[in-house]
Amino acid sequence: MRVKDSLREQWFSNIRGDMLAGIVVALALIPEAIAFSIIAGVDPMVGLYASFCIAVIIAFVGGRPGMISAATGAMALLMVPLVKEHGVEYLLAATILTGVIQMIFGVLKVAKVMRFIPRAVMIGFVNALAILIFMAQVPHFIGISTMTYVFVAITLLIVYVVPRFFNVIPAPLIAIVVLTVIAIYMNIDLRTVGDLGAIQRSLPSFFLPNVPLNFETLQIIFPYALALAIVGLLESLLTATIVDDMTGTESEKNREARGQGIANVITGFFGGMAGCAMIGQSVINVKSGGRGRLSTLVAGVFLMFLIIVLGDLVVQIPMPVLVGIMIMVSIGTFDWSSFTYIKKAPRADAFVMLATVFIVVATHDLSIGVIAGVILSALFFVAKVSKIKVTQQTNPARIVYSVKGPLFFASVDHFIASFDYEIQNEKILIDFGSTQIWDDSGVGAIDKVMIRLMANQNHVEISGLNPESKKLIDRLAIHNDPTAKMPIH
Amino acid sequence: MYEHILLAVDGSEHSVRATEEAIKVARLSERSKIEVVFVADYSKVKDDVLHTEGKEALEVARRKKLSTVEEKLEEANVSYYVTILKGDPGPAIVDHANKQKVDVTIIGSRGLNSLQEMVLGSVSHKIAKRVKSPVMIVK
Repeated sequence: MRVKDSLREQWFSNIRGDMLAGIVVALALIPEAIAFSIIAGVDPMVGLYASFCIAVIIAFVGGRPGMISAATGAMALLMVPLVKEHGVEYLLAATILTGVIQMIFGVLKVAKVMRFIPRAVMIGFVNALAILIFMAQVPHFIGISTMTYVFVAITLLIVYVVPRFFNVIPAPLIAIVVLTVIAIYMNIDLRTVGDLGAIQRSLPSFFLPNVPLNFETLQIIFPYALALAIVGLLESLLTATIVDDMTGTESEKNREARGQGIANVITGFFGGMAGCAMIGQSVINVKSGGRGRLSTLVAGVFLMFLIIVLGDLVVQIPMPVLVGIMIMVSIGTFDWSSFTYIKKAPRADAFVMLATVFIVVATHDLSIGVIAGVILSALFFVAKVSKIKVTQQTNPARIVYSVKGPLFFASVDHFIASFDYEIQNEKILIDFGSTQIWDDSGVGAIDKVMIRLMANQNHVEISGLNPESKKLIDRLAIHNDPTAKMPIH
Repeated sequence: MYEHILLAVDGSEHSVRATEEAIKVARLSERSKIEVVFVADYSKVKDDVLHTEGKEALEVARRKKLSTVEEKLEEANVSYYVTILKGDPGPAIVDHANKQKVDVTIIGSRGLNSLQEMVLGSVSHKIAKRVKSPVMIVK
C-alpha cells in the first residue's frame, strides 16, 4: 500500500501550511492572471479561468507536489499573433492541441531530452522572457499621462519596500487594494482593467471552441500549439527542478509533463488559455510553507472564489498598478547573475546565451530562440570535440604519427591535412591509441591517408585501434586492397 | 565547555574570519566539534539551478563555496562536519541552532550600515536576537 501512503502524504501531510500558502498564492496569482490575459490580448477571464482550471487539475495529475501552475507570461507572449489574427476561439483550440502534444511528450519521456538543453540556452530563455514581459508593458505606461507614471512608481515602491516589514499578505495585492481605493476616491483618471475586457462572476463551463474542424484550422493552430507545448514544458521542468532543490525532494518529471498536457486540454474546453508552471509563484508557495498537492488545489479554488466575490472590484483596478506589478515580475524573472556569466563563462556559452536572447527579442517567439540556441550550442560542441591532433615523431627506424581526439565527419579535413605526403620509401606507423573512429567519414579519411602514403612506396602500419574502431575499419576500408586507386573526388 | 559549536558560514571573507575564531573556541576543549552550517538561500535557488548542470553539479557548487572554510578547519586539525540547510538564512540558522541545542553560535558580520541593514536585513543581528545559545559575532 505504498502508493496509497505516499498519495496521502502528498495531499495531507502538511494541511495547515498548504492551506495558508495556497491562499497567499491565490492572492498573488490574481494580478498576474489578469496582466497575462492583457498581454495575450484576451479578456481577463480567459487567464483567470485558465489559472483556476490548471491549478486545480495539476493538483491531481502533476508530478511535482507544491509547484504552482497557471496562466503564465511565457505562454501569453507566444499567443499574441494567434489571438490578433484569428481570435480567442482559435486560441482555445490551440490550447487543447498544446495539451495533446504535451501528453504525447510525456508518454515519450521527454524529461530526459530536457537534460540536453544547455544552461546557456536556459539562461537566455529566462532573460528573453523577462525582456518581453517588460516590453509588453511599455504601451500601457509610456506617454499616457503623468498620473500613470506616478501610479507605476508608487506600485513599484510598495512591492519592493513593504515586504521588508510585512509579508503576511503579498505586496502586489496590497498595492492593488490601496491604489485602487485611492484612484476611485480621488477620482483619478486612469485606464482600468475594465477598459480592456469584462469580468464574469461565474464558474467556467464546458464548451467546444467555435472553430471549423478542418485541416486549415489545424494548419493555423499547430505551429502555435507546438511552440506552446515546448515552452510550457521547458518552464515547467525548470520550475520543478527549482522546487525539488528548495524542498530537498524528488519529483516525477515525465508525470509532470503528462499532467501539464491533461491540464491544458481540459482548460481549453473550459475557456482558458494554455499555461504552465510558474517559477515566481512556486517559490512564493514553498516560502510560505506550501509543500503538498493541497497547496496547489487551494490556490486555484481560492482564486476562483475571490473572483466570484470580488469580480466587480477587479475591473476597477488601474492599469498602471498592473504594469508596476509586471515590471516587478520581469525584474524577478531576469537572471541578474548573467552579467558575471558573460564575463566568466566560456566564450561559446556566453555567445549562445546572448544569441538566444536576441533571437527571441527579434522574433518575439521564445520557442524559436530556444531551438536556435540548442542548435548553436550543438554546433559549438561539435567544433569543440572535433579538435584532432596528429603529432609526428621521426625515429631512425621509422616515422610515427600519433593521433589524438575523435575522428569523425567534422575532424577528417584537419586529420588528412596533418600528414606529410612528400615522404618516400619509409616505414610509417600511425598510432590510433588515443582516438576513436566515430563514423564512415573517419574510416574514409584513414583510407585516403593510407593510400596516399603507400602511393609513395612507403610501408604503412596501423596500431592502437580499439575494438569498435577496428571493426569499422575492417568492414569498410579498401586500402588493404593493392589494386585500390585513390577515390576520385 | 563549548562542545557543540555552530559556525554559520556563507562562503564570504567574513565567514573565513569567523572560522578562525571558531577554531580558537574549539581548542578550549578536547571534545568540541564544529558544525559548519551553510544555508542555500531560497531566493537564490533559481540562480543556482540556472547556473549549474543538474543536481550533482549543484551539490558540488555549494560545497565549493565552503572549501576555504573547510581548508582552514583541516589545517587547524579540529573535528567538524558540514550541514547544508535550505530556507531564509536568518530563520533557518536560528531554528536549527535552537533545535540542536548548540553550546555556542559563531557567525561573521558583514558590517552593514543602518540603511543596508534595513534593505538587506542583517542575518547576524537576527541570530544574536533569537538564538538561545551564547552568540559570537565576528567583525
